[in-house]
Amino acid sequence: MTWLLFAEQTLNGLQQGVMLFLMAAGLTLVFGIMSLLNLAHGSLYMVGAYVTATVTQASGSFGLGVLAGMAAAALAGGLIELIALRRLYARDHLDQVLATFGLILFFNELVKILWGPQALFLSTPEILSGTVDLAGTPYPAYRLFIIAVGLLVALGLRVLIVNTRVGMLIRAGSTHREMVGALGVDIARLYTIIFAVGAMLAGLAGALAGPMLAIQVGMGENILILTFVVIIVGGIGSVRGALVGALLVGTVDTFGRAFLPMALRAVMDPSAADTVGASIAGMSIYILMAAVLMIRPRGLFQAYGGT
Amino acid sequence: MASRRTVVLTLGLLLLIGLPPAALAFGEPFMVTLWSRILIWALAAASLDLILGYGGMVSLGHAAFVGIGAYTVGILGHHAFEGSAVPFLPGDWSGSALALVQWPAAVGAAALVALIIGALSLRTAGVYFIMITLAFAQMLYYFFISLPDYGGEDGINLWQRSEVPGLDTGDPVVFYYVCLVLLVGFLVLAKRLVDSRFGMVLRGCKQNEARLRALGCPTTRGKLVAFAIAGAGAGLAGALAANQTEFVDPGLMHWTKSGELIVMVLLGGMGTLVGPVFGAAALLLLEEVLTGITEHWMIILGPLLILVVLFARRGIYGWLAGPGARDG
Amino acid sequence: MTKTLFAAAALAAAIALPAQAAEPVRIGMITTLSGGGASLGIDTRDGFMLAVKMKGGRLGGAETAIDIVDDARKVGNAKQIATRMLQQDDVDVITGIVWSNLALAVVPAVTGADKFYLSTNAAPSHLAGKGCHPNYFAVSYQNDNLDEAAGYHVNAKGYDNVYLIAPNYPAGRDHLNGFKRYYKGGLAGEVYTKLGQVDYAAEIANLRAAKPDAVFIFLPGGMGINFTKQYAQAGLVERIPLFGPAFSFSQDILGAVGDAALGVFNTAQWSPDLDIPANKAFVTAFQAEYGRLPSLYASQGYDTALLLDSAIAKVGGDLSDKAAFRSALKAAEFETVRGKFSFGSNHHPVQDVYMRKVVKVNGTITNEVVEKVFSIHQDAYAADCGM
Repeated sequence: MTWLLFAEQTLNGLQQGVMLFLMAAGLTLVFGIMSLLNLAHGSLYMVGAYVTATVTQASGSFGLGVLAGMAAAALAGGLIELIALRRLYARDHLDQVLATFGLILFFNELVKILWGPQALFLSTPEILSGTVDLAGTPYPAYRLFIIAVGLLVALGLRVLIVNTRVGMLIRAGSTHREMVGALGVDIARLYTIIFAVGAMLAGLAGALAGPMLAIQVGMGENILILTFVVIIVGGIGSVRGALVGALLVGTVDTFGRAFLPMALRAVMDPSAADTVGASIAGMSIYILMAAVLMIRPRGLFQAYGGT
Repeated sequence: MASRRTVVLTLGLLLLIGLPPAALAFGEPFMVTLWSRILIWALAAASLDLILGYGGMVSLGHAAFVGIGAYTVGILGHHAFEGSAVPFLPGDWSGSALALVQWPAAVGAAALVALIIGALSLRTAGVYFIMITLAFAQMLYYFFISLPDYGGEDGINLWQRSEVPGLDTGDPVVFYYVCLVLLVGFLVLAKRLVDSRFGMVLRGCKQNEARLRALGCPTTRGKLVAFAIAGAGAGLAGALAANQTEFVDPGLMHWTKSGELIVMVLLGGMGTLVGPVFGAAALLLLEEVLTGITEHWMIILGPLLILVVLFARRGIYGWLAGPGARDG
Repeated sequence: MTKTLFAAAALAAAIALPAQAAEPVRIGMITTLSGGGASLGIDTRDGFMLAVKMKGGRLGGAETAIDIVDDARKVGNAKQIATRMLQQDDVDVITGIVWSNLALAVVPAVTGADKFYLSTNAAPSHLAGKGCHPNYFAVSYQNDNLDEAAGYHVNAKGYDNVYLIAPNYPAGRDHLNGFKRYYKGGLAGEVYTKLGQVDYAAEIANLRAAKPDAVFIFLPGGMGINFTKQYAQAGLVERIPLFGPAFSFSQDILGAVGDAALGVFNTAQWSPDLDIPANKAFVTAFQAEYGRLPSLYASQGYDTALLLDSAIAKVGGDLSDKAAFRSALKAAEFETVRGKFSFGSNHHPVQDVYMRKVVKVNGTITNEVVEKVFSIHQDAYAADCGM
């Protein structure tokens, strides 16, 4: 193993991490502020990917497709918030689990009716389809693009939360809900907006994932569970925790897959090392999560007052 | 005069007892098989209700224990059939096809795994608990998928159902009654448990854990014991499920199965023990009917679940038995 | 007078007999129509029903009742549906299951009830070897066939440093073993990934560092789409040729992979461009009926219906004589879209296997035959089967 390969795998871990961050940021915001556990967050990711693929196909512009995907996810998120989820803020998590589980079934089937059961196609935009030479290693340009977008979003969220009026309301609303309401802020509208923003980020993640993977029904559930692990590790409700958790999970998962079988070959015979290594690598992030919870039962960054 | 609750329960039990002869008389033998499946999942859902409805522990990984129970039966049966030694056990014991061995082993294994997962998960609470139980269940799911000796994703066949001396468990009607007896037995035991001092502590945890702890009650230990007992119940359901399909595969432990179990509990009525039986019947019958109508049946089921959450919190049993049906 | 009357009565009885036997042939199709992997089941069904339609709704000239039920890719559902079909609906034949794990659960129940099972796709090694049964016929292939062909081809072309990737579950290992049965060169790596994995960046980076001269993957369904797209993004398709069995490059998937799949090699016992009259008729009719190109699964569903048609015709629509129906199936006298087809001793196909390449024809991405790899090839498990 050369240090070049190590560097390349670190980039891969970073890329997987920022992707998870886009998902985790929305989920953790909604949870931290509205105390709502939304299992259907992955469905919004799926909506983002499907709409992006369709609009890109029709218009020929990936940029337009991404915008449409984000808008569609924000719209879908805002709609389910208005129709169903806002009635659940005061309920316990169990009700939220059940209702949003119902939403997953609904969205999966709706997408299948609208787009059919076959996986959809979305190509890499022309300028990003090549590779970039990094010290002799050709690295996919598109993955570098995702890293850049993810870090920009992280920066933007920080500015939004720390420096703007909406951010102030977000911070205030999460700790002193009644007080903010008493000051004449329309809490209900604020919540809808926050929910839509979280949905939009999920839509962005779906849109960006489109050129790399299969756009198919059920694609959201896979990433949803990873996102859960991220926000448990990071501490629920904390955007900073989501970023750290996402990068940690992305890196641990990538390194586990890349290097564990190799490392085990040093101590056992190759075919056993491949099997055992693959099995442990598949569980590595759950082991990480269990380890974090052993030390800090509420995640690395405890945010606000959420439970 | 008998209370409405007693009437509902008696009527329900009589219907369940009378179902097989009626189904056979009307030339619908398949109903017996379908209802065996309902009884088995009712058992799993009732065991979940013990921690969900009474202890306030929302586990999104309960299907993992169903899977552990099923795999215990599958693995013991597999080695008994092949005559090979069961790994990781001392000596060269080659499993068994006897229900008297398989089922207690399934219950014990599921309880043990629940004890370990519970001990780790109960360090957390609230939404962390939901997610960590989900994650542990997924971990077990992937573990069994990558287990080459027992078929991995392909699962393993049960070459024969668990043997009960004097009974032909391969006969659908006999098997149905075995399931019914075990379900009723579990419900009676669980009912006595929640009515005991232990049950009071458990319910107290749901209401106000801090106060109980201040009073000197070992709340975490109580919750852990309840979690293990619920796991044991799910393990028994798993043992029966393996027997019914004569097949075990990791799909049993997938997180959507855990979701379905929660659906059954809420649909039937949470915190009632009997409610989940109604919930399991409702969900599985609904699935049976809806799949017959359209392949897009989930687009009906999804919104239905949301409506149940929003407007029908008491569940079917609460609706049938009227107010005060809690703890039936 | 009495004699003539008697003869007339006998004649009437003889005529009446088929009328009594006109109890319809009941076929149960259990396949995946909802959830993940539904496109495979839908193609299977559409291929099957196209053949039924072309036969005027009557397979073998007999009245045919077909019950199609969705298994949602769940073992429990599949088993329950099969039980209902066997206990209550009194079906004669069950078919349609896509996945090996579902087939392993259902097939023993069907054959145990002395009914017939015809596999349109899944054919795990157990059912071809030790677990074979006279009433079980695989019309598709044996699971390893396509990998064996790829291994043979890669070996013959002189590659000797191949990188292997499959999901970490027993079927993944089986498929790689199928490849290695005919591939004798060296291995640059053998990697098992998580089932359902989405991102392959780590594996692709390791792969490039290992400098193989060819890559063989068994990554069915969505996993294959993900891998192939990312393999192309890493700029590797032109540099290191990619091989696999048809599961990752069948028509139902190609649309989703797009240009990234161009130039990928894959093996199958059928291809839409096979120059056989029966195949040409099938592809044209399928496109006319459904407005899309048929996939491998559609061709298998279609062939299964035609096989049933031939066997039912042979026994005159009377399936009560199990032995006669069995040997009618075994004879396999139907016009297959694959050109040549017969059953081996274990009731699995003995057939040709082709190497195909993904190409773009008039803007549509599809497969084209490169060369025939195996002529009348049989699976490796027939010897273990006691039939």
